[in-house]
Amino acid sequence: MKRTFIIFVVAGLIGLSFLVYSASIVLAQDQAKMGAPAKIDTGDTAWILMSAALVMFMTPGLALFYGGMVRGKNVLGTIMQSFVIIALISVQWMLFGYSLSFGPTVGGIIGDLSWFGLKDVGLTPNPDYAGTVPHQAFMIYQAMFAIITPALLMGAVAERMKFKAFFIFTLLWSTLVYDPIAHWVWGTGGWIRKMGGLDFAGGIVVHISSGVSALAAAILMGKRKGFGTEPMAPHSLPMTIAGAGILWFGWFGFNAGSAIAAGMLSTSAFVVTHIAGAAGALSWALVEWVYKGKPTTLGIVSGAVAGLATITPAAGFVPPWAALFIGLTAGVFCYVGVVSKNKFGYDDSLDVVGIHGVGGTWGAMAIGLFATKGINEAGNNGLFFGNPDLIGVQALAVIVTWAYAFGVTFILLKVLDWTMGLRVSGEEEDSGLDLSQHNETGYNF
Amino acid sequence: MKKVEAIIKPFKLDEVKTALSAVAVQGMTVTEVRGFGRQKGHKEVYRGAEYVVELVPKVKIEVVVPDQAVTRVVETIAKAAKTGKIGDGKIFVIPVEEAVRIRTGERGEGAL
Repeated sequence: MKRTFIIFVVAGLIGLSFLVYSASIVLAQDQAKMGAPAKIDTGDTAWILMSAALVMFMTPGLALFYGGMVRGKNVLGTIMQSFVIIALISVQWMLFGYSLSFGPTVGGIIGDLSWFGLKDVGLTPNPDYAGTVPHQAFMIYQAMFAIITPALLMGAVAERMKFKAFFIFTLLWSTLVYDPIAHWVWGTGGWIRKMGGLDFAGGIVVHISSGVSALAAAILMGKRKGFGTEPMAPHSLPMTIAGAGILWFGWFGFNAGSAIAAGMLSTSAFVVTHIAGAAGALSWALVEWVYKGKPTTLGIVSGAVAGLATITPAAGFVPPWAALFIGLTAGVFCYVGVVSKNKFGYDDSLDVVGIHGVGGTWGAMAIGLFATKGINEAGNNGLFFGNPDLIGVQALAVIVTWAYAFGVTFILLKVLDWTMGLRVSGEEEDSGLDLSQHNETGYNF
Repeated sequence: MKKVEAIIKPFKLDEVKTALSAVAVQGMTVTEVRGFGRQKGHKEVYRGAEYVVELVPKVKIEVVVPDQAVTRVVETIAKAAKTGKIGDGKIFVIPVEEAVRIRTGERGEGAL
């Protein structure tokens, strides 16, 4: 049964690649006919390719960030999820994910399949998205966002999900939740984009979608065995801190790269990203110091990630003083978001809701307050720059994304639970994911 | 022969070892252990969630000595391992029936 399934998947992939191959021959002929390519800017292209590499590096960074926070028996299972997502979603993106997200729109809801297998996605620029870099550079940059988003989500259900269920879920979630939301916000003709909703680098597309889906997943999966009675302390905070450092580093590609050009806007995004990360780290640690008596390393890195996630949607629209405010408040709001899970009683194991859900939402709303055309002519003015209407637009985008991501994730997981089961058995949970799902152990002394 | 078993604070190990060498104890076995007595562990906080870590790390030293050396060895350990604060540990003395040096086959106190 298991072997048949795997053979089926591999055979399907090989079949698809032939399809793509024949499509690419047609594409090459088309390109030959088109003649001289549009003007490509080498600086922009270099920066986008570099940014793509930076964002790619965030997912292994996340693997360490999450890997250190789980118990030692689950370290490989947790790291494995991030790495499998890099592989799986890269292939999904190349085959149809990019086309669904950025392809010609179907009613503003989703892209069609006319870019299946990167057909028509060549080396000449696509002026709808990026007029000065090859279309494939934009495509591969966006691939890295599609990769990290489901990887973020998995933190909510760490230490208890069956590998097979995780694998299928990730593929379906990316296709049914990530790709449509990316299309709404960033795709040409997407309804949020058309309405004037702003999301510079993925506060809605990445952080709200993963954070809210994480809430649905944590509720549906139930608590880890022994949650609340057994200590579940992180097994290696130095690993987590190294991961946080990689995330912060990669975030410059995430936010400053989203300018899709190298210049003033990317510099502005770079600067506010750093300010918000630093401010978030400070405020989280300070809150902790006041309420729990000591500042912690996990607190300072969590605050940095909270600040970075929160500035993400606003990065290309707000001035540095607003970034300082957004970062400082992010540290406080996300801390409250994280500790309040104990009141509500769900086990969001690695606090995806508290950090990415809360941070993404606050960041997307902060655009409505602090955005200014002085930073980005293509953006809009927020409340403090004389335009109260933007808040309403942002709120609508946030609410619909919340409802959609929560609803579809819930249904998806429910169906998978009925068909294959989501959780490992109690015995497997006791022995850990490393051994029960992968026949390995992380540490052999 | 008696076995002296001492559960001490890990950072006191070097001091105790040096002190025991000075009173001619020639060998010992050291194990990292965890446990609790009246100290009852400590509190750890991760993202606001508090965990009581009941089993605190300690070091267990085992030395086997001739009967006449027991008092001196126990006093030496007690003196070197003491900080005066809660959690300094405990010392147990247990009778030993036999000792064998594997290399030579010597038995009894001569094997120590």
